[in-house]
Amino acid sequence: MLDSTMIELSRWQFAATAMYHFLFVPLTLGLSWMLVIMESVYVMTGREIYKDMTKFWGKLFGINFALGVTTGLTMEFQFGTNWSYYSHYVGDVFGAPLAIEGLMAFFLESTFIGLFFLGWERLTKRQHLMVTFLTAIGSNLSAMWILIANGWMQYPVGAEFSYETMRMEMQSFYEVMFNPVAQVKFVHTVAAGYVTAAMFVAGISAWYMLKGRDLAFAKRSFSVAMGFGLASILSVILLGDESGYEVGDVQKVKLAAIEAEWHTAEAPAGFTIFGLPSNEDEETHMAIKVPWALGLIATRSLDEEVVGLKDLMREHEVRIRSGMVAYEYLQRLRNGEDNAHNRGTFEDHMDDLGYGLLLKKYTDNPAEATEEQIQMAVKDSIPEVAPLFWSFRIMVAAGFWMLLLFVLGFYFNATRKIQEKRWLLRAFLLSIPVPWIAAETGWFVAEFGRQPWAIGEVLPTSVAASSLTANDLIFSLSAFIIFYTALFAIEMFLMIKFARQGPSSLHSGRYYHERQAKLVADSESDSGNGPGPAPTNAPAQQRED
Amino acid sequence: MILDYEILKFVWWLLVGVLFIGFAVTDGMDMGVGTLLPFLGKNDAERRVIINTVGPHWDGNQVWLITAGGAIFAAWPLVYGAAFSGFYFAMLLALFALFFRPVGFDYRSKIDNKAWRNAWDWGLFIGGAVPALVFGIAFGNLLQGVPFHLDELLRPYYTGSFFALLNPFALLAGLISLGMLTLHGAIWLQLRTSEPIVSRAKQWAKVTGLATIIGFALAGIWLTFFVDGFRVVSMPPTDATPNPLTKEVVIEPFAWLANYGRHPWTLFFPIIGFAGLGYAVSLSMQDRAGLGLVMSGVGITGVIMTAGSAMFPFIMPSSTNPGSSLIAWDATSSHLTLTVMFWAAVIFIPIILAYTTWTYARMWRRITVEEIESQDKLAY
Repeated sequence: MLDSTMIELSRWQFAATAMYHFLFVPLTLGLSWMLVIMESVYVMTGREIYKDMTKFWGKLFGINFALGVTTGLTMEFQFGTNWSYYSHYVGDVFGAPLAIEGLMAFFLESTFIGLFFLGWERLTKRQHLMVTFLTAIGSNLSAMWILIANGWMQYPVGAEFSYETMRMEMQSFYEVMFNPVAQVKFVHTVAAGYVTAAMFVAGISAWYMLKGRDLAFAKRSFSVAMGFGLASILSVILLGDESGYEVGDVQKVKLAAIEAEWHTAEAPAGFTIFGLPSNEDEETHMAIKVPWALGLIATRSLDEEVVGLKDLMREHEVRIRSGMVAYEYLQRLRNGEDNAHNRGTFEDHMDDLGYGLLLKKYTDNPAEATEEQIQMAVKDSIPEVAPLFWSFRIMVAAGFWMLLLFVLGFYFNATRKIQEKRWLLRAFLLSIPVPWIAAETGWFVAEFGRQPWAIGEVLPTSVAASSLTANDLIFSLSAFIIFYTALFAIEMFLMIKFARQGPSSLHSGRYYHERQAKLVADSESDSGNGPGPAPTNAPAQQRED
Repeated sequence: MILDYEILKFVWWLLVGVLFIGFAVTDGMDMGVGTLLPFLGKNDAERRVIINTVGPHWDGNQVWLITAGGAIFAAWPLVYGAAFSGFYFAMLLALFALFFRPVGFDYRSKIDNKAWRNAWDWGLFIGGAVPALVFGIAFGNLLQGVPFHLDELLRPYYTGSFFALLNPFALLAGLISLGMLTLHGAIWLQLRTSEPIVSRAKQWAKVTGLATIIGFALAGIWLTFFVDGFRVVSMPPTDATPNPLTKEVVIEPFAWLANYGRHPWTLFFPIIGFAGLGYAVSLSMQDRAGLGLVMSGVGITGVIMTAGSAMFPFIMPSSTNPGSSLIAWDATSSHLTLTVMFWAAVIFIPIILAYTTWTYARMWRRITVEEIESQDKLAY
């Protein structure tokens, strides 16, 4: 049996490093396309301001990108270092999209990103635009492959367990690739990334407008963000709904946990907007329900039931008992007693082997588990409900808040009244963190909602870990926390510094801070008696287009 | 088209080798450059010249490492799990050192402050030297066998310690790895920078090149006489369903030389190892760095293939339970996965090579201090 503290800490380490990595990914996914849009306008119209926009937002893109690469390395190492049995058990299926991600996507993104930053003087306009485009394609393709891998963890199609090799083996690459969960997840996730980038650009541009600086630059950036953002937030919400439907179809436990549905209610089920779910009592206290809503979202019908957690746990108990038989016959087969009877019995129960492995947390030999251990495993077979219930609601609320902002922003921008709406600009500025909150809570729902499974109904998280010690993990987790905190502080310092400088950081001499400096210098040389009062009225920067 | 399973197992052994060699000659070069950075650049402008020679390429180059990791995960899942978890702290050490590279390259020149830039320069040094050393040390330990075993459900257990990895032979292997990558980086800098960096790079190429050659020879002698090798006594047919628990393996002297005896053409690898490294040093001294860079790449290929062909079919031999050793015939993925991955590699590797070459061609020039100073805000 593995040390339970070590498993707990391994999970913390994975959660911390994965969620940290995902602070940087969404901005890359979206901003890369916004750079393509800005640069395309530059190439088509030849207006320098769009080149400056590409360069400036590209600078912030780079600061973010560096940490995305840094923290992405951890993700690859960590499957092997901390989840070695997982690596063995599912590498045959899970490893392939990862390796193809490297070949098809990472190479593309990473080879061209260097030329995006350093190639301005050495490439023609069109070549540079192509470089930007290929970087964006690369980063989005990489999201596709990693979500194919992740989708398979949620819903492991196209593979089968082999007792001879003691692992899951791929049966159909096509099914793995076109896994419905993966496809829906991919579009939902990249669209969320586009929203993140749009909020980021909109929020910072709003700040320039509030300050009355670099208005031409800020307004154009804001406009790009509104168009891109509105389209994206609509797709996020629609595809999120699609994702909910898909989950309802194939991950019934996750759906019931998100909705804190303990009992199977009569169709169509109500949607709980508030409540205090308790795994202890198997009850949601103080629940406030909207009739019919959940049934409609999850089943798109009025007569299909949403199965409650208690009923699901009863199903799990049956499958755990069947899994014990599978485990017993697996042992026989592995010990060389390979005959038709043993093989036949094993194959009858093979689909429940994962449920049998849930007992590994309590006993080395699941085939001989006690009644008490079985009951503990049944309890374990659903995730902790309260955190899921709440993170899901935070994600949805964040999504609708951004929808409201983008609708208003798009409208006032189109009617050219945006600069008068200072409250809205302020709301954009203050809402910069909101897409990140949505993305992090969204991933929390996806991954925590998958528990107790590393691979849905196939491999329990507690079995997937490496054979390390709790001390190993205390050491490595502390090291990650120290390093990551330091890196985050440095990244935020640079991001805020350059966001404050704005396009003046390009040193073209055309923007606010440099013009101010020049005015001060001019007035000094005019009067010749030391620094005069700094000019308070911003120079006529609107004229720069 | 479905290829024969046995052939695919061998092809994947080769392809992992190709990815490692790709990593060593591209990203390894950047690591050599990082290692040399604080020593070859005497002031900020010179250091920026050095950084900008690899500035546009290091990230793409690093993907060779990432893809090699992904390929091991997909092609040899057990090796990936057993090696990464067994070498836990060594892997984390390499990982944390690698952290310094993306941020180091991108953040260093964003702030005009001496202490800030100096700190990142040492960060880039760590990000170059430490992984080069650790990967060599890992190889050195593979050659001696790793204390691990598999239980009946194929869960790997590592029973050694971190400090046991730092044994003298492994440290020598680490130094060879560091030495050859530094040589490669030095010749690159000789080719892509201007005076006074060029002359300093030449000096370093000479010293690290000769040290690597001596180290490689020493390791050869050491391996021959003092490191026992592994030999498969019996195992299932090579095209069988992979099962690493059904073979018999013995540890015996000179076993790592058996392949060279059986297939004398494999002696080609140590020969090109020595010849490549030696010729590279000589070309560097004659100011023919272009061909020199090719030759140091050839030398690196020779060194890696020397170790690989000595061990074949072993990938990760077990010193404590030789039967648990992972070999190219029984540590692989299924036939279908190897096939899918094979076609992915066949399609994408040529495309990658083509566009990578294009980016090098576009950015090709000698970088001077004057250029860096005139394009202050454009460069790293």
